[in-house]
Amino acid sequence: MMGCMDFSLGPELEHIREEATKLAGGFSDEYWRDKDERKQFPWEFYNAFAEQGWIGIAIPERYEGAGLGVMAAGVLLQAVAQSGGAMNAASTLHLSIFGMGPVVHHGSEEMKQRYLPPTARGELHVSFGVTEDDAGTDTSRIRTFAEPDGDGFVINGKKVWNTKAQQAQKILLLTRTTPREECEKPLDGMTLFLADLDPAHCEIREIPKIARNAVNSNEVYIRDLRVGPEDVVGEVGRGFRCLLDGINPERIMLAAEAVGIGRRALEVATAYAKERIVFDRPIGANQAIAHPLADCHSELEAADLLWQKAAWVYDQGDIAGGEANIAKLRAAEAGFRACDQALQTLGGFGYANEFNVGRYWGEARLMRLAPISQEMARNYIAERVLGLPRSY
Amino acid sequence: MKILVCVKQVPHKDARLEISSDETWIQDESIKFEINAYDTYALEEALRIKDAGEAEVVILSIGPDRAIQALRTALGMGADRAILVWDDALAGTDSLGIAKALAAVAKAEQPDLILTGLMADDTNYSLTPPMLAELTQLPHVTAVVKETQQNGDIVAERELEGGALEVVKLPRPCLLSIQTGMNDVRYASLKGIMQAKKKPLETKSLADLGLQASDVAPKVTLEKIFLPPRGKGAEIVEGSIDEIATQVVTKIKELGLL
Ligand SMILES: Cc1cc2nc3c(=O)[nH]c(=O)nc-3n(C[C@H](O)[C@H](O)[C@H](O)COP(=O)(O)OP(=O)(O)OC[C@H]3O[C@@H](n4cnc5c(N)ncnc54)[C@H](O)[C@@H]3O)c2cc1C
Repeated sequence: MMGCMDFSLGPELEHIREEATKLAGGFSDEYWRDKDERKQFPWEFYNAFAEQGWIGIAIPERYEGAGLGVMAAGVLLQAVAQSGGAMNAASTLHLSIFGMGPVVHHGSEEMKQRYLPPTARGELHVSFGVTEDDAGTDTSRIRTFAEPDGDGFVINGKKVWNTKAQQAQKILLLTRTTPREECEKPLDGMTLFLADLDPAHCEIREIPKIARNAVNSNEVYIRDLRVGPEDVVGEVGRGFRCLLDGINPERIMLAAEAVGIGRRALEVATAYAKERIVFDRPIGANQAIAHPLADCHSELEAADLLWQKAAWVYDQGDIAGGEANIAKLRAAEAGFRACDQALQTLGGFGYANEFNVGRYWGEARLMRLAPISQEMARNYIAERVLGLPRSY
Repeated sequence: MKILVCVKQVPHKDARLEISSDETWIQDESIKFEINAYDTYALEEALRIKDAGEAEVVILSIGPDRAIQALRTALGMGADRAILVWDDALAGTDSLGIAKALAAVAKAEQPDLILTGLMADDTNYSLTPPMLAELTQLPHVTAVVKETQQNGDIVAERELEGGALEVVKLPRPCLLSIQTGMNDVRYASLKGIMQAKKKPLETKSLADLGLQASDVAPKVTLEKIFLPPRGKGAEIVEGSIDEIATQVVTKIKELGLL
């Protein structure tokens, strides 16, 4: 048939999904609930995936990775999120998967040879240091500054929300090297470093947060942290540009995860709606319970196609900005709504930790805030896809 | 050494099963499938022998196109090549028909060792392995829980009723059918998954094996499958947790189940 689209994943991606599902299936909801309640990093889970080579899925084969694209990584992360591990499980892995994107695309050969193989093997953990308290979404306002010193730099400043900083040996650190006022464009004058998260110069304070508590997010206070010229990712003054290579894959993978969490919640909810008898019949026989679940299912299916399309566009060599933001926007809504509806379906029991949907709900909620808020995703679509005037 | 591992693709343990309208099988159009659990232990044992020395692990399955997925799974775990046999005539065959088709491949391949699962999770017959051994005239033992190689012989431990074990010795080539729990079945590595697609996967028809439809015509035919009607006489035990526990234990003892 001419021009006929193939919506199947194909044998290799199916195989990836099957094996990732099997491996993640060894970690139960009880495991995740326990890790979450005790705020413990899920090492057993992480090591199981590292041992089988999954961490290097998107790292080029030259550097001991598997050299696969965003589509394959999305399939992996969706399977992991859908296993019941939700965002806890996915964030354990995904930072190592897309976090090193700027190094893959812009790092020097020496940097790649030194840091990509241990990342692929799962030995090197890297935190992502972009967000700052006073800058927020307006990244041009960051104040962490790298002052030239000899042939290197000395960095001072503060980052916030640095996920996995407690496990990471390295941090991808966005700094200013020229004050904003002195730059032609607000996003010029920034430099990205792959710096040591050296405890002598980086104080890490965990941020207590409402969910996804097996994986920590932190404040990082940086005092006189020395970096060498070899630690610059890309070029001095062009750091923001390097970051762009990480953010679209990140949005696409997050969208895949959101659909995974939503599907898990929906599975729990439908099973419950079939079995829970109130007023002498299963609650699922009431359309007020059944129809919202049908809506959630159809929204998740739609979002699933969106992230796959975005991944396909990106893997074809396009930056996929529009597609990535569209997928992230829709998937975050669909994923959260499915979790919320699951909670509603379970009634009071949905509110009990034992039934897990509360955990999915709290973690899916994060998808509407990070790595980009829904508002900023909409801003992107309005301006860059629809060509509307910039509102801010 | 060449090891032939026979695997069957069966409905996934999480699949929701419904009896088909003609009541001779389940509705299997849209359910998930996986490798029969018993066979995964056989495969793992073969891969361990391979890891410990030189061995080629060949996977053999009989099944329609969908069974290719099971073969890929096995290749992803580390098997070297795979053979899928299918023919419409095999669709309604019985255990002997399956064993004949397997035997035809085994005779051509001349393996030093054949490993199978003890039984298939779906049909539960446990007939194919001994039949295959007889048709290929190989010594064989069933329900193996441990196996060691000893100068061309195999020393196998078998599980008996009541937890006892027996140790048997048999020369190679031979056939072992494997009990679950024999080993820890490995997960495929990402590298393994990527290599799987480059490994040889042959498909063969009955004619390729020198067999005709009449050779596999079933002598045992499946008439009907059904769920027995629900039993009656459930007894509700009430009281505190301790009281309930005592009553349940007493009841079990009374019934001679303990
Ligand atoms: C659990 C967690 C983990 C995180 N991990 C990391 C990490 O590892 N590394 C890292 O660098 N960051 C991380 N972040 C930070 C995250 O990327 C930011 O929180 C996010 O980008 C939003 O920034 P902000 O919190 O400062 O919100 P703000 O920028 O203060 O925005 C507040 C609200 O105002 C809205 N808003 C702002 N400007 C506009 C506008 N022009 N139009 C419409 N609405 C607007 C926003 O959408 C939002 O709803 C993480 C955050 C969380 C919660």
